[in-house]
Amino acid sequence: MRPIFAATLLVLRRELLLALRRPILVVQPLAFFAVVTALFPLGYTPELGKLRAIAPGVLWVGALLASLLALESLFREDAEDGTLEQFALSGQPFALLLGAKTLAHWLLTGLPLTLMAPWLGIALGVPLAAMPGILASLALGTWTLSLLGAVGAGLTLGLRRGGVLLSLLTLPLAVPVIVFGARATELAIAGESLMGPLYLQAALAVLGMTLAPLAAAAAVRIGLE
Amino acid sequence: MSEFFAMGGYAAFLWPAYAITLLAIIVNVVNARRALQQAREQARRRIATSSEGQSS
Amino acid sequence: MGTTWTWFHRFGSPPHVYRLAGILTPWFAWPAAILIITGLYAGLVLAPPDYQQGEGFRIIYVHAPSAWLSVMIYAVMATAAGIGLIWRMKVAHAAAASCAAIGAWFTVVSLVTGMLWGKPMWGTYWVWDPRLTAQLVLLFLYLGYIALRAGIDDLGRADRASAVLALVGVVNLPIIRYSVEWWNSIHQAPSVMKMDKPSMPIEMLAPLLMMLVGLSLYFAAVLLVRLRAEILNRERQASWIKEVVE
Repeated sequence: MRPIFAATLLVLRRELLLALRRPILVVQPLAFFAVVTALFPLGYTPELGKLRAIAPGVLWVGALLASLLALESLFREDAEDGTLEQFALSGQPFALLLGAKTLAHWLLTGLPLTLMAPWLGIALGVPLAAMPGILASLALGTWTLSLLGAVGAGLTLGLRRGGVLLSLLTLPLAVPVIVFGARATELAIAGESLMGPLYLQAALAVLGMTLAPLAAAAAVRIGLE
Repeated sequence: MSEFFAMGGYAAFLWPAYAITLLAIIVNVVNARRALQQAREQARRRIATSSEGQSS
Repeated sequence: MGTTWTWFHRFGSPPHVYRLAGILTPWFAWPAAILIITGLYAGLVLAPPDYQQGEGFRIIYVHAPSAWLSVMIYAVMATAAGIGLIWRMKVAHAAAASCAAIGAWFTVVSLVTGMLWGKPMWGTYWVWDPRLTAQLVLLFLYLGYIALRAGIDDLGRADRASAVLALVGVVNLPIIRYSVEWWNSIHQAPSVMKMDKPSMPIEMLAPLLMMLVGLSLYFAAVLLVRLRAEILNRERQASWIKEVVE
């Protein structure tokens, strides 16, 4: 196997193993997502018809905020114990290794959030037929968010109040993700075809995959100096 | 003249808009000039103290 | 190629830029002042009232130029930051840092003037018009840049990190704007701010152009002043400063 692939797989495996040792960290964003979603009926109305109308926004903002919570820890520990420096010095493409870390992070946060969303949707009056569309849309969207967030996490590495700063930096950049994703979710709930916004989401994800790891690598390098 | 200030009834919106634009224009000039002035003073002070240190 | 590089690298020299900025400032400042004053007068007095919006349309003479300025300054900031990052020029980083406050200010102006235009036109102070919404996001981008710079103590790291952020932002900006326009068209929210420039008669267009050019020159002048301050603050111990500040 080419060294690059071996290295990438190693990083992936390492991240997943580390996470398995502390499952509570994986559960926290999910719990946050659930709590935030539950607050909306309490703060607004219990009528499912009305909740269904705001469900796209609620689900997306909830998923976004939960992702942001988890992003702070993307690079933090590895930066603290020097692993990140080892990655940078390893001779393997740094952007690719960071991409692997981001992928692992998404598998541990974005993907579980996506899988949880249909259940929360039910609580908001979302019909079952909308679920496949919601899953597809959130999967793409949370992946793009993880990519964008990696750049922010790299820029705010080791800073005090880094979490708030990370959110402030990432949220404006996440506007297109929210716009297209929420629209796709809205169409899915209405039972209409969501291919238009879904393709746009896919385009964002592809753009993110090509550019974000490079920006994140530059950001982390700057932060490690 | 008062017709001019009334601006066909839009006065309450037009004049504040022009006011805040002028405010932004003035504030940025003032801040920039003050920043340069402070930078020059600080540079002078730095040079004065460092040359004192060297001559002693 | 040799002379081009010499010219380019001279721009990397702080004392050279400091002197040049000092010389150029009045050449931008005075035309700017003349154009702005003339533009304001022409816009308020000389331009005829609009057929539909009456006197209210005159807000365009402050709204459109500030909106233009807010985007143009961001582009300048990102370009300077990129040059600083790629060619490791401290002066370029200083220029980027000098842009941020001005850009944020004029983004706020564009939002406030936009709101003041909106209230008489469609009855409410805020609408999720695509241009106003995009300006709001732009303000957040500026604030994020300023906050990141403020949050990093080491100047070199602050320069480079904020440069990456500015570049990511400038790549994202067209995508954000497109997505907001797309979102707005989907939801058929009110979309105003339509003053199609080509169809405006010259008496209405001329003040607008004067304000656009005047404010752009004004930005250049203010930037040069701030740049000089930044350079002085960064060149702590350099010997050339002695001659310059005595």
